[in-house]
Amino acid sequence: MMRRWTYGIRAWALIAALIGAFVLSGAWAAGAQTAQPIRIGFGMALSGGLAGNGKAALMAMQIWKEDVNKKGGFLGRRVELIYYDDQTKPATVPGIYTKLLDVDRVDFVVSAYGTNLIAPALPIVMERGLVFMGLFGLANNQKTNYPYYFQIMPSGPDPAVDWTRGFFEVGMKQSPKPTTVALVGADAEFAQNALAGARENVKRLGLKVVYDNTYPPTAVDFTPVVRAIKAANPDIVFIASYPPDSAGMVLAAHEVGLQPKLMGGGMVGLQFAALLTKLGPKLNGIVNYDFWVPEPTLRFRGIEEFLKKYQAQAWKEGVDPLGHYLPPFAYAYLEVLGQAIEATKSLDQKKVGEYIRAREFDTIVGKVKFGSNGEWAKSRVLQVQFQNITATDLDQFMKPGKRVVLYPEELKSGNLIYPYSKANP
Amino acid sequence: MFSVELLLNALIAGLLLGGFYAAVSLGISVAFGLLDVVNIAHPAFIILGSYAAYVMNVSYGYDPIVTGLIFTPIFYLLGVIVYWIYYASFEKKGEDPLRGLVFFFGLLFIIEVSLLLKYGVDYRLVEAAYIGQSIRFKGIGIAMRLLVPCVVGVLMTLALSLFLSRSFYGRAIMGVSQDSLAIRLMGANPMRIKTIAFGVGIATASLAGALLIMIGPVEPSIGREYIGRVFAITVLGGMGSVAGTLLGGLVLGVVESLTSTFYGPSWSPAVSFGILLLALAVRPAGLLGR
Repeated sequence: MMRRWTYGIRAWALIAALIGAFVLSGAWAAGAQTAQPIRIGFGMALSGGLAGNGKAALMAMQIWKEDVNKKGGFLGRRVELIYYDDQTKPATVPGIYTKLLDVDRVDFVVSAYGTNLIAPALPIVMERGLVFMGLFGLANNQKTNYPYYFQIMPSGPDPAVDWTRGFFEVGMKQSPKPTTVALVGADAEFAQNALAGARENVKRLGLKVVYDNTYPPTAVDFTPVVRAIKAANPDIVFIASYPPDSAGMVLAAHEVGLQPKLMGGGMVGLQFAALLTKLGPKLNGIVNYDFWVPEPTLRFRGIEEFLKKYQAQAWKEGVDPLGHYLPPFAYAYLEVLGQAIEATKSLDQKKVGEYIRAREFDTIVGKVKFGSNGEWAKSRVLQVQFQNITATDLDQFMKPGKRVVLYPEELKSGNLIYPYSKANP
Repeated sequence: MFSVELLLNALIAGLLLGGFYAAVSLGISVAFGLLDVVNIAHPAFIILGSYAAYVMNVSYGYDPIVTGLIFTPIFYLLGVIVYWIYYASFEKKGEDPLRGLVFFFGLLFIIEVSLLLKYGVDYRLVEAAYIGQSIRFKGIGIAMRLLVPCVVGVLMTLALSLFLSRSFYGRAIMGVSQDSLAIRLMGANPMRIKTIAFGVGIATASLAGALLIMIGPVEPSIGREYIGRVFAITVLGGMGSVAGTLLGGLVLGVVESLTSTFYGPSWSPAVSFGILLLALAVRPAGLLGR
């Protein structure tokens, strides 16, 4: 009788222990779920002039957050993104970042998209000694040299000059060697910077400038500009333009019959589906800057999975359906921050900042190493040539062979068709 | 760099651009020139016309000009409704015209934001067989992308001019613009006539929008770039003069083109507006104004 009673006690104790362990393990798991998430705050252009890219960047950042949280987050905590629409207005930026830091009490802040929207946030993060990842800012840290600012666009340590270096170097390797150049661009910040860089490269390479002019951002018709360039008969035509002007220039060049040996360089808009699919074969032969294209030499770890997720959502959201230009970099700048948090096992700004300064990161846009001014230690602005475009469908631009990488040498995926008229008869 | 061929090409490009400028300014010429309504939302209606052309082009393959014509009556009705609201809220109460300006500013933003929410901020273009083609004759090149808008712009000017001078309602509109009280004393209703006139002005935006998207890519807020230009053309041509609007457009187009070709494109707005000031100093009523 006594023995049976003892067995009963033991059996109940065993069951209680099992239930206890189960409950405890459940409580632990629940604890992990309810722990305060790591919060990353930022402003983003969701309306106004840069909203197209801003929305695409936000989508990429949300894909990153989902990917990270699927793997359990960082330091046993989930990741949360806190963001506000900066309306593409620099004046809204200080208020947004002050709120993120003082009211929302985020653990990290990252930048909005674009030079003009990064600049007003920099003094705030500098004052508080915070790590600040930058998204497509051109030379924001040039004067301040803040040690914890890191910019993901691969423009390189000397952005203005490095941006256009490849275009001219590709041209100078050809035979017959070009000797004259026409420089044209919009009267606006990016184009002016690009033109300034181009002038330095032209001087260094000893090219003779036969046309150097800017046009107002409100210009409607580019045929007079293109005719004037044609009359100057340059070997190279360097264009620094914004999307509507890029389309206008390409159309006008066709209509006027402008056929220099090399044309393009700094044409914004020729990276997006909206213009690529409308200009189609007219793009053949143009050599232009880019940051990522679906060429075999740029198949970095995770890029294809990312693009699959992005492209599946892009149509619904009404953003660029290709997503080759900005979205991979919006994903990558959070990847860098995430990898640094994971490696240092810390949210301490100094520790994370020092780690980013010192290390190289493996991201979906390739290996990223930052230099002393927070820009990429080595420029990776690509120069690609539009080749063999026969139609206006979108699918062709998702495959290799249409935007062939000519520069830099280590990422080259094809050869320049030279002169321009050979690629675009 | 000067050559006769370059000069001729610059002149032709300027005339083609001028024809297009006239098309986008006609609505302002009617609303501002004839009715004294400062409709700064007109460029937004033009962009609405561009999006109509885009949607019909992408979805059904319609030529932008055909879409512009199909949507003209719809834009007319839109103009009628807008004028009713404007009249009931401001004109009838004898409100300060500046308040009306705020109304049209609001309308501009509403159209822009609606397009933004529906179509996003990407640039939109249309496709047509003649876009990107050009006619060449002994060194002279004429881009079809500019020739078609110019021809349509001239035809629009002609049609509007005939409507205003030959039709009963057209003459009534001219009468209202000259002496609204006299029209009232003759037993006509000036408000009804003004409504028709405003509707006609907005109706021109349908075709003008189709022409705009043929020339270059369009996004919802691009209309703002035309506000200064269309008012300048209307004033230069002479307030309320439809033929003057065409002439003003041609002058501005040619000046812009010549400056861009021979002196540098960045100077073209300064030279154009310099010409405007000079013309107004010599003829304060505008080139064909009375």
